[in-house]
Amino acid sequence: MSMIEFKSVSKSFGANVVLDKVDLSIDQGEVVVLIGPSGSGKSTLLRCINALEEINGGDLMVDGISVRAGKAKVREIRLEAGMVFQQFNLFPQLTAIENVAFGPRQVRGMSKTEAVKLAAELLAKVGLAERMNNFPNELSGGQQQRVAIARALAVKPKVMLFDEPTSALDPELRQEVLRVMQALAEEGMTMVVVTHEIGFARQVGTRLIFMENGHIAVDGPPRELIDNPPNQRLKEFLQHVE
Amino acid sequence: MEFDWSVVSNNIPALLEGARLTVFITVVGLAGGMAVGLLFGLMRAYGNSLVNGIAFIYVELVRGTPIVVQVMFIYFALPVVMGIRVDALTAAITAVIVNSGAYIAEIVRGSFLSVPKGLREAGLALGMPVWRVLAFVVGPVAFRRMTPPLGNQFIVSLKDTSLFIVIGVGELTRQGQEIMAATFRAVEIWSAVAIIYLILIGTMTAILRIIEKRMRIL
Repeated sequence: MSMIEFKSVSKSFGANVVLDKVDLSIDQGEVVVLIGPSGSGKSTLLRCINALEEINGGDLMVDGISVRAGKAKVREIRLEAGMVFQQFNLFPQLTAIENVAFGPRQVRGMSKTEAVKLAAELLAKVGLAERMNNFPNELSGGQQQRVAIARALAVKPKVMLFDEPTSALDPELRQEVLRVMQALAEEGMTMVVVTHEIGFARQVGTRLIFMENGHIAVDGPPRELIDNPPNQRLKEFLQHVE
Repeated sequence: MEFDWSVVSNNIPALLEGARLTVFITVVGLAGGMAVGLLFGLMRAYGNSLVNGIAFIYVELVRGTPIVVQVMFIYFALPVVMGIRVDALTAAITAVIVNSGAYIAEIVRGSFLSVPKGLREAGLALGMPVWRVLAFVVGPVAFRRMTPPLGNQFIVSLKDTSLFIVIGVGELTRQGQEIMAATFRAVEIWSAVAIIYLILIGTMTAILRIIEKRMRIL
């Protein structure tokens, strides 16, 4: 059974159709990289997976649960699908370790000791053991994004969703975030990544999807598609971002 | 012109009694006003159109009328229309609750809505129900942002209690008035009353400063 299944999913904002009957199936262990011009619907597609955007047509199943099955079921999906945002969105009143321990305490009913222990492990994993007690505004963008990844992992999701995780970062800070994501992919985490990092797509991605006007225009193995774009628009797009 | 400050020292007990009542009305009134303001502010910020509409009407009714009219209504008109008779002190406290509640509702609404939308999404994405996101993610940030405007409202409400002279509550201004009527020493009495207000508000400001310093405004 596939991990994420889009069945003719449509989404519009008012009269603006952002996703037009999208079909897509993502299996466990895949690292799917979504690229496309701005406004092509890639972020919306990602946000539909954990129901931050409500779909208007079709159905979308995550680990066998439909996003249309009601609030309680949507929360179950969100526990399975961790999300990392472009703007990090760390809780500013909490330190790095409190940010990471927050989710498991709130939604997994973990004790404080257990949650803090888990948070410390995860922060060490993303290379921030030293900065555990710093507040978000005392960390660089790259460090904040790594805390955000640890925060999402703390709830023990089966899928990780990344919404342009490096777009708000200076070039020299991007690598530290991409390395953490690569390590995660190598552990077998199912990942869906909206990004402009073609290098990452090529090296880490197992599947590349090029979106255009609310449709999936191209879908295939990253290396092949990047080296020999089968589609003129993809070719132009790749020239623009690289 | 001669000043006779003994009139102040002779009437210290009455003035302190007035100050005590002023503080009592303010503290109880603002505690109630906070509860009312939080409720109506959240209704304004997150309610559906009906809930939002109810809160909007409350806020506009209160903000559109003077507090003197409100307390007169509670003290003199409610017994006539609804048969509810309350003593002057209860009327005064109710007026502070109703009045500050409306202004605090707007402060609450503004601060909750000023918290970046991304924080709410981050909470929801962790699988938290909406009420938990508001209570534990958005709320703590919003409360920090509320402290400066709340401090302002607390000061306004404390001074507004002086208007309850119209229903005869023995708060500080009323005590000043009564001593005045007996002694005719306007300069001495009103100076003393003003100084007591300054001390009360100075204390309040100092407490708010400490709270603000201990919390990082985010």
